[in-house]
Amino acid sequence: MDIKEGYYGQWGGAFTPEVLHSTFAELKAAFKKAKEDPAFWQEYVNLMSSYSCRPTPLTAAENLSGLFGGARIFIKREDLNHTGAHKANNVIGQGLLVKRMGKKRVIAETGAGQHGVATATMAAKFGFDCTIYMGEEDVRRQRPNVFWMEKLGATVVPVTDGSRTLKDAINEAFRDWVGSMDDTHYVMGTVCGPHPFPEMVAWFQSIIGIEARAQILDRTGGLPAAVYACVGGGSNAMGIFQGFLNDPEVELVGVEAGGRGLDSGEHASRLAGRDASPGVAQGYKTMFLQNADGQMRDTHSVAAGLDYIGVSPMLTDLWEKGRVRFAAATDAEVMDTLDLTMRREGIIPALESAHGFVQAFKEAPGLSPDDSIIINMSGRGDKDIFTIAHAFNDPSWKEFIIARGKEYAAE
Amino acid sequence: MQLNDQPLTRTLRAALASKKILLMTHLVLGYPSFAVNREVVRRMVTAGVDLIELQIPFSEPVADGPMILKANQESISSGVTVAGCLEFAAEVIAAHGIPFLFMTYYNILFKYGVEDFVSLAREIGIKGFIVPDLPPEEGKEFLEITRAAGLAPIQIFAPTSTPERMRYLAGHGDGFIYCVARRGVTGSKTDFDTDFADYMVRCRAATDLPLAVGFGIRNRDDVASLVGRADIAVIGTETIRLVDSRGPGAVEEFIAGLR
Ligand SMILES: Cc1ncc(COP(=O)(O)O)c(C=O)c1O
Repeated sequence: MDIKEGYYGQWGGAFTPEVLHSTFAELKAAFKKAKEDPAFWQEYVNLMSSYSCRPTPLTAAENLSGLFGGARIFIKREDLNHTGAHKANNVIGQGLLVKRMGKKRVIAETGAGQHGVATATMAAKFGFDCTIYMGEEDVRRQRPNVFWMEKLGATVVPVTDGSRTLKDAINEAFRDWVGSMDDTHYVMGTVCGPHPFPEMVAWFQSIIGIEARAQILDRTGGLPAAVYACVGGGSNAMGIFQGFLNDPEVELVGVEAGGRGLDSGEHASRLAGRDASPGVAQGYKTMFLQNADGQMRDTHSVAAGLDYIGVSPMLTDLWEKGRVRFAAATDAEVMDTLDLTMRREGIIPALESAHGFVQAFKEAPGLSPDDSIIINMSGRGDKDIFTIAHAFNDPSWKEFIIARGKEYAAE
Repeated sequence: MQLNDQPLTRTLRAALASKKILLMTHLVLGYPSFAVNREVVRRMVTAGVDLIELQIPFSEPVADGPMILKANQESISSGVTVAGCLEFAAEVIAAHGIPFLFMTYYNILFKYGVEDFVSLAREIGIKGFIVPDLPPEEGKEFLEITRAAGLAPIQIFAPTSTPERMRYLAGHGDGFIYCVARRGVTGSKTDFDTDFADYMVRCRAATDLPLAVGFGIRNRDDVASLVGRADIAVIGTETIRLVDSRGPGAVEEFIAGLR
């Protein structure tokens, strides 16, 4: 079979402007060398354990398991990473690579802001200059993360083009890069974009799956029946799925943003829905939410980090091969699940992560108590305080905001 | 070395026999409207432009700067379709006797079907394509189909391209080579300094196809500094800026004053 570099089945590739050709060649070479060097991975694992709380625990959600009856529910706690999400895994890895390449500046795109915060943190630690591109709509939705990025020393640039969300932030980061690549590395936040980004990000995120597999074997003496993860670009999902790809008895389930429903047109479900079709944009080939002309559509999700037009070419391939099943969770289901998880387990998942919980809770009752399932909790929900308070229509929070607003107005 | 005999290359060489440098202009189809596009094309041709690049708008134009990005987005949001662009292109090609090219991003061709797109483009008289996000490694099918149709798949050189890379690109290109004058996206200023002169020497050494230079060419001095180094000067963002600020009426005088 003719396997082209950077392709996963028919998906992936590197559709990049000529001016970036040498930059990608340099990146591919640096990544290949790092990957072949066991000392690099060891340095990475050491740093993740001392700086980012790795290995993250696998928590048994006993109350929820009892409530649903059926499979024992375990939660892989990526929320306990430094900066509160799995994004740290990727960013610290790329930071070590940037050091090796001798570049001085990093740029990144961010949707939920978690990748931006992680990148700004990494830049502060390694001493890089840092610029973060973020859609104006996401700046509004994820204000706490913008605040932290700026405090960490990054410049946050609100992107006012297009839908003012993640896809536009990615375009803007590429625009920066084609002029700045001599001293700048683009820290891609997920397993998308041109080769070698998907492979590189997946490699760093594989630490989740490696840990999770060992942990579940240790805890239950067996493999889980299923593993659930939310899918924006797909990095936390690829991260945990890689631990189980060679275990055919483990079902892998990716959960996309169902938004206001798969028939509403207002969602970000590429593989679970029927609205996506093959396309080439942002440097790679995958299933995109686009119209018949190939123009990308507006998407919607209550979770900024899932609100994206494309999806990892790796996941599209695994979906096409039947190895990963896809489902969607609606905004309303996500809010209910968030409420339940907080009250029953004392755990606050990020709005993104809660998508994975929704599908796991739907399916757990149908399994036996001898079974276990794992939910990858990609991040914690603190960052979503404004969105969650708004969605719950919380009266005392509103009062607080109004009072604060008055105080500032009086200054 | 035998000179390239592709139809577009031949047309350009013939034009170069009587002019020191050719002018290529660019417009985003449907921005601000097809009616304005129509007038702008007419004035450009009257002012002596040698070839015109028609950009079919795309929602994710990653290689374009703010001006062209905005034009792309406004065109799409005003309801312009690929079919509408093809129809408009057919009309202006029939009305004016200079070569027209399509510039767009790969997804537009991919979604339409590369084979159907190229054959329709050929039927309406398009002479070539500029697709900035389709390197030859990814564009095998496109290159074969375009060549078979007798159209020119224009390849792009950048200041970062090595001599080997330039030869590789030239080997897959036809018509002419589009030399991006500097790093970065369309729309900002370019210094035509000694680095640039060295770059042009490298471009010239890599191919005998005509060389076009674009990105940041705004005035008569810029065009003059390309004479003897390049064969075609490309004016992109500047005419959009001009039409936005002074209307299509200003185009003719601007173009006529460039050389
Ligand atoms: C907490 C959290 N989970 C999930 C995602 C989705 O990204 P991915 O699918 O790449 O893991 C994001 C993205 O910003 C996020 O912040």
